[in-house]
Amino acid sequence: MPTVIVDDQEIEIGADERLNCIEAARRAGVEIPHYCWHPGLSVVASCRMCLIQAGTRNAETGEVSMIPKLVPGCQTPVKDGTVIVTDSEAVQESRARVEEALLIDHPIDCPICDKAGECLLQDYHFEHGQSERRADIHAFSSRRRDVGPTVTLFVDRCIMCTRCVRFTREVSGTAELMVSARGAKEEIDTFPGFPLDNKLAGNVVDLCPVGALGDKDFLYQQRVWFLKKTENVCGGCAAGCSIVTEHNQDTVYRLKPRENLHVNKWWMCDEGRYGWHHLHNETRIVEASHRDNEDPQAIEWADVLRRLPTDLTDAGRLGVAVSPMLTVEEAWMLCSVARTIDPDAYLAVGHVPSTGADESFPGGFTIRGEKAPNRIGVEMVLSMFGAVSEGGTVPAWNDLLEQVRAKTIQSAWVTAGYPTPERSWCDEATAATFEELSCLVVQDLFESPLSNRATWCLPAVGFAERSGTWVNCGHRAQTFEQAIRPPAGVWPEGRFFWNLLGREGLYDPESIRKQIAESSASFAVLSGEVPSIGLDLRLQQVAVT
Amino acid sequence: MKPSDPGITWIDDKPLGLAERLYVPLLVQGLATTSRHLVSKKNTVNFPEQRPAIGNPLIYRGVHRLNRDENDRVKCVACFLCATACPAHCIDIVATESPWEDREKYPESFQIDELRCIFCGMCEEACPVDAIELTSLLDLTGKSREEMIFDKEKLLSVYDMTKDAEPMKSADLGGTL
Repeated sequence: MPTVIVDDQEIEIGADERLNCIEAARRAGVEIPHYCWHPGLSVVASCRMCLIQAGTRNAETGEVSMIPKLVPGCQTPVKDGTVIVTDSEAVQESRARVEEALLIDHPIDCPICDKAGECLLQDYHFEHGQSERRADIHAFSSRRRDVGPTVTLFVDRCIMCTRCVRFTREVSGTAELMVSARGAKEEIDTFPGFPLDNKLAGNVVDLCPVGALGDKDFLYQQRVWFLKKTENVCGGCAAGCSIVTEHNQDTVYRLKPRENLHVNKWWMCDEGRYGWHHLHNETRIVEASHRDNEDPQAIEWADVLRRLPTDLTDAGRLGVAVSPMLTVEEAWMLCSVARTIDPDAYLAVGHVPSTGADESFPGGFTIRGEKAPNRIGVEMVLSMFGAVSEGGTVPAWNDLLEQVRAKTIQSAWVTAGYPTPERSWCDEATAATFEELSCLVVQDLFESPLSNRATWCLPAVGFAERSGTWVNCGHRAQTFEQAIRPPAGVWPEGRFFWNLLGREGLYDPESIRKQIAESSASFAVLSGEVPSIGLDLRLQQVAVT
Repeated sequence: MKPSDPGITWIDDKPLGLAERLYVPLLVQGLATTSRHLVSKKNTVNFPEQRPAIGNPLIYRGVHRLNRDENDRVKCVACFLCATACPAHCIDIVATESPWEDREKYPESFQIDELRCIFCGMCEEACPVDAIELTSLLDLTGKSREEMIFDKEKLLSVYDMTKDAEPMKSADLGGTL
């Protein structure tokens, strides 16, 4: 195994790993400061913050010969015997000079800069910079210009790391951003008439190490140190990007991508990034209601728990649409409840919204056309319950509609929870199909033609209000925690099903997950701890069998 | 620290002497203290008819005010540093883009719950633009809780009321704006 020496500490790296000094040092627990380098982008070595001393140790004599000049850590690959020195006087002096140069005309407007608190310039200056200022320029404000519909640029805050420019060229492949002018006058800009409006545009804000690029959706909404962070999974499409939900006092303020090389790398699409606003939409269904041939009446959850099962039992054969927005645990509990009410219940996957074909980007990022995060997980759960048609496929929403039209079922329980308040997922004609049922239960986020016909209309919750497991289009199971509480009066589906099953105490997705893993080979790997990057169920199945 | 800790020295009460046991000498001693205070200088005032003397109004920590800049606009830039420093969590700010050319951000709403405030002065210390200051107004009354939540207009009016008697401190102390 190749050995690298970082500050007198020997670490071993993989024989075929290709690491640079920053990555190798990170393995040894040493952070080399850097601005322009990003693991997902090409190397330009322009910021000079990662300058370190490097050399080679002769394997036979043990003699170390160092490169006389400082070298950029991002551009210097390590091999067996590479020696990295990150804490010498020369390196520290170089870092202090780089910080001083960057701060000569960087506006000191941290109090009104949205990046303050998570700004690399602040952090590195605190750690590596000097306390006094020799420059006599005291810039306090920054010129601002819009570079796109969602992103704004504070021109003078920029430190010209060009991460954003490289992102638009290498990952989104749209190349809207460029560096205009040269030297001390260089600025990030767009070509006239070509604004930054690609579907991954929001990522440049995350990439920006300082406060130059601002997200208009988040601008001035909240100081970053008030935000609490919960690791979540995006529910916008079947890709299931790993994200961090940043929230305060049960209000989501922004979503950020979380590094997961198996799913989304370091990126997420704008649709997902801004796809949390429906959680705080005022038209959400926030109370359970019941209708007896007249106007719907609000009803307490305790009464729902008591009356709903008997109501469904009396109504005849039950058909259940298990929404692909539900987690694996919730889907399993729903199926269990349905089979308890009616052992012959017809189980089908709920409506799977789709916008057509997948969209891929040069950087290896794909936005899926299937706009539901857990279709595969729900299908796996349904096959556990034997809900498989003759062709070996799991019944879908259209199959359920067929059953309703054929009158083979007399009552239906439709779970939905689709995040589209502006256009309903279910049209009048489809909803009219359910007209003749004796009992219809609808669980949804927003009112729809279907919920208007429901005997029981129950509220659902959004992605950040759930906890459990989603299985994405690549069969990767990712477990996540609830980030915020739903609006007052709304029970998450998990809690409702848990109570319908007659379980004691608070809803505990982990115990359900263990139970599923014990009873199904395909979910067997979920019995243990699920890492934050998730588990590939197909790969694990091969390993088990 | 436990009672058995060797670092603790335990001291018993002194046994009573003859004078203490007789009681009368101590009574005389106490009466002497009382009568001395009857004739000495008074430190209390008959509030509210009489106003207490305030030593240095610049360091007194009374009702807050929001200062105005030279164009009579609110000086605050909505950086939330006062709300961050506040140990009582009594400051609530809603920030937005400012309508003015020369300023980027300003408070759309700025509320201080004066009932919750503990008058520690941390907000004043945290403010990078000397926009929030504590005045020497000390009698703060209201008929309801809602009345005691001071909004931006009210805090600015406190400034208008006190600016002549108590000029902005930043001018003398090398303010930032």
